[in-house]
Amino acid sequence: MSTIERRKERLDRGIKVRTEGIYAVSSWQEVTYLVLPRLILIVGLLLLPLLIPILGFSPYWKRVVSMAAIYGLLALGFDFLAHFVGLVSLGGAFFIGVGGYTAALLNKSLGLSPVFTIPMATVGGAIICTLLLLPALPLRGVYFAIVTLMYPLAIMRIIEALNIFGGTDGILGVAGFPNTWIEQYLIILIVIFALFGLRRLVNEDIGLVFRGVKDNDQSVRASGLSITLYKAIAVFIASGLGCLGGAYLAHIYMWAGISQFALDFSVIPIAATVIGGGGTLVGPLLGCFFLVPISEWLRTFGTLRIVFYSVILMAFIMFRSEGVMVYAQRKYHQFQRWVKV
Amino acid sequence: MSEGNILEVTNVCKAFGGVQALLNVSFNVQEGEVFGIIGPNGSGKTTLINCITGFIKMNSGKVLYKGKDISYKAPNQIANLGLTRTFQIMRPYYSLPAYKNLIIPLFSPRARRKGGWRGGGKLGDRGTVSIDILEEIGFERDSFVPYKLASSLPTGYLKRLELARCLALRPDLILCDEVFSGLSMSEIASMVPLIEKLQMDGITLVMIEHRLRELFRVASRVMVLNFGEKLTEGIPEEVMADEKVKEAYLGSEKLLDYTFEA
Amino acid sequence: MDILIYGIINSFSLALMAIGFTLVYGISRLPNFAHGALYVITGFLVWSLINLLKLHYAISIPLALIIMGLVGAAIYRFVLIRVRGMATSEIIATYALGLAILEFLRWGGFKGMTYTLPVFIEGKIDISGIPIDFQRIIVVGIGIVVVAFMWLFTHFNKIGLALRGMAQDEHAAMMLGIDSDWMAVIAMAMGSILAGISAIALLPLGNIVVEAGYNVLILSIAVCIVGGLGSWVGAILAAFMIGFLQIITVAYIQSHFQMVVALLAIIITLILRPSGLFGRQKELEERV
Repeated sequence: MSTIERRKERLDRGIKVRTEGIYAVSSWQEVTYLVLPRLILIVGLLLLPLLIPILGFSPYWKRVVSMAAIYGLLALGFDFLAHFVGLVSLGGAFFIGVGGYTAALLNKSLGLSPVFTIPMATVGGAIICTLLLLPALPLRGVYFAIVTLMYPLAIMRIIEALNIFGGTDGILGVAGFPNTWIEQYLIILIVIFALFGLRRLVNEDIGLVFRGVKDNDQSVRASGLSITLYKAIAVFIASGLGCLGGAYLAHIYMWAGISQFALDFSVIPIAATVIGGGGTLVGPLLGCFFLVPISEWLRTFGTLRIVFYSVILMAFIMFRSEGVMVYAQRKYHQFQRWVKV
Repeated sequence: MSEGNILEVTNVCKAFGGVQALLNVSFNVQEGEVFGIIGPNGSGKTTLINCITGFIKMNSGKVLYKGKDISYKAPNQIANLGLTRTFQIMRPYYSLPAYKNLIIPLFSPRARRKGGWRGGGKLGDRGTVSIDILEEIGFERDSFVPYKLASSLPTGYLKRLELARCLALRPDLILCDEVFSGLSMSEIASMVPLIEKLQMDGITLVMIEHRLRELFRVASRVMVLNFGEKLTEGIPEEVMADEKVKEAYLGSEKLLDYTFEA
Repeated sequence: MDILIYGIINSFSLALMAIGFTLVYGISRLPNFAHGALYVITGFLVWSLINLLKLHYAISIPLALIIMGLVGAAIYRFVLIRVRGMATSEIIATYALGLAILEFLRWGGFKGMTYTLPVFIEGKIDISGIPIDFQRIIVVGIGIVVVAFMWLFTHFNKIGLALRGMAQDEHAAMMLGIDSDWMAVIAMAMGSILAGISAIALLPLGNIVVEAGYNVLILSIAVCIVGGLGSWVGAILAAFMIGFLQIITVAYIQSHFQMVVALLAIIITLILRPSGLFGRQKELEERV
């Protein structure tokens, strides 16, 4: 057997090693090596709204771009919580719903314009979410997952039962955006900012604390840091992203209703993260821009599309749990060859 | 509180279900000394440390640290007062490089208060400070060891990393849970001067040890635990001459010399 | 008086739902988020066996339970074994599985009022002036039988004892020659059968709907957290607490608040006693 005598050897590319410290960058090849992937991503995202009319898609697909970006925010939050803090949130819909309702209420009752309601709903919604999730934070294990799973379902029932916030009809007549260009570019800029902001954050000192909480929470306590406090900060950040998406959604559709607590918002971000590659932050974002259009395309099949994501999700988590982006990054940074043992 | 005591433990009791892990354990630690806690396996030494540092809630008892009651405080609050501990089973952050392991304790309120906003004050940012601490504890500064992932470090370095994590908090008192266990003789030989140096720097140490010979080189007083109860306390020679201690360790008095050699 | 009777019935229903979840979690530390889906599948399975294959009710029930056991074992053997030990992946995999099953059933047309299982025995009985139909009494009976069986099984049967050993310390159990994967397969199969039993006992009281899957999952999780994850005694006691609370809520406030009671019970438990009523000390230390 010839395969037994060989093994795969993976080596970092020389250029990767040289560009790791910023001081080592000296030639245009090295600069390109570092900047090109980011540039492609940013330019690609910015061109997306322009490409849709050029390629002959109907204006409906413009909205899909905004939706993908909103899901992207949720997926960033999920990836951040799951892979950098160690909290698995199964209830992205809860963040979306809280953000959406907060924005809609602010807009309808106080008459504020989206310029104010979106930031206020982001911060206010994040505070509400963090406070509600606080009891589950000091615990390890599945508690956070269970509680986040229950919240959206329970809130839906409460709204139905009490008939508050417009009951099953939702809040109608929320102010919209002046035009679709602003609508699309604003959310795309927010997503890009969130992506690079989070990437910076997880490598800062406070980000190291988050990763420490995931790795070894007892050690963090022995180091004089409260794990509950840092988990709460992380949940605040992630739920803030979700609430921002929810508030945006409410203004796009000019409506906030209980379907914002629907399962789609919980499942797609998780699926996107697993497919895109957990722990890379950029992977989940790209996963959303891949999955959401498919989801729109499958809309005629009703709930079958949730089956579709779930099956993809299971297949990836069973057989390719590293995800696409981790693979791509490895290919970019390393080359591999067969060597004789 | 009497003069010179940094830690006063009074009547600590802890039961796990029906098992009495600690029963009325009391002892005092004087400022600046090295205090040893020894005892056979399962005698409650680690439980005692867990109770003092707040990782386990004790059933009853009182712990005074610098005259302050810390009996039922959370571990992070206690650590911020300057009472830190190492873990017997090392708990580094395996996915982070060794020096980044130290950035987490350097981020704590105590380290920030002591070292300024960037963690090191005039000395530089937290990365620099953590490399300094690692060098002090025996990581070679110019080698690649401080930059390696903690998961790829050998036991000797991980034990040092545990100590370094305590030092990053600039503690007044360190509770060491078996820092010598699992190390080779030469590694232990290089750790002993380190302990002596910490003591000279004015840090009080409470050491749980099975390596009695090395412990007795540094410790001024020793307490013996057996089945959760305190047997005796005193200077090492006295303690080892005690009949009860011999019995607890060996079941008979014959093999005492062997214990000293071990 | 009616609160007492309905409370007991409701509590036993909850205990039946939750015991499968707590069994699987207790033994293999695997949160089975597909529990609700298994419950609903059993309902449709029995319905199909009766109405499509024209089998007798008494035959289709054991047949359905056997199939559920195999399904549970297959889920572990083919899906969960690959993600074992990675907490995040375990949660996501079982959650995705549950969603896939439930939403597939919803899409496949199993909705509406037409899907019902016949009750075991028709008729009602008056207990101190309150009419109770026999099915509800049967629920209580099955509840008692299942609880008693579980107790006997785990205390006097070799496999049961091995399962308890696994629950306490997996590594020690493996050293004593207990195959941990095989035991987890058995646990998963038993968990599925228990979900099936609860479905067969409870579904004749109403329609088979997909939403029930989510409700059952939430309620059984609530019961397990309040009782202490993995503790069977705790789960049964918690089932009684939540069961009575729900009935009291329905009687005095409003029936929509049943789910809110479960959620509040979880939150209050997490604040006051994070390990649940019967979470063991060792676990508390590990978790908090």
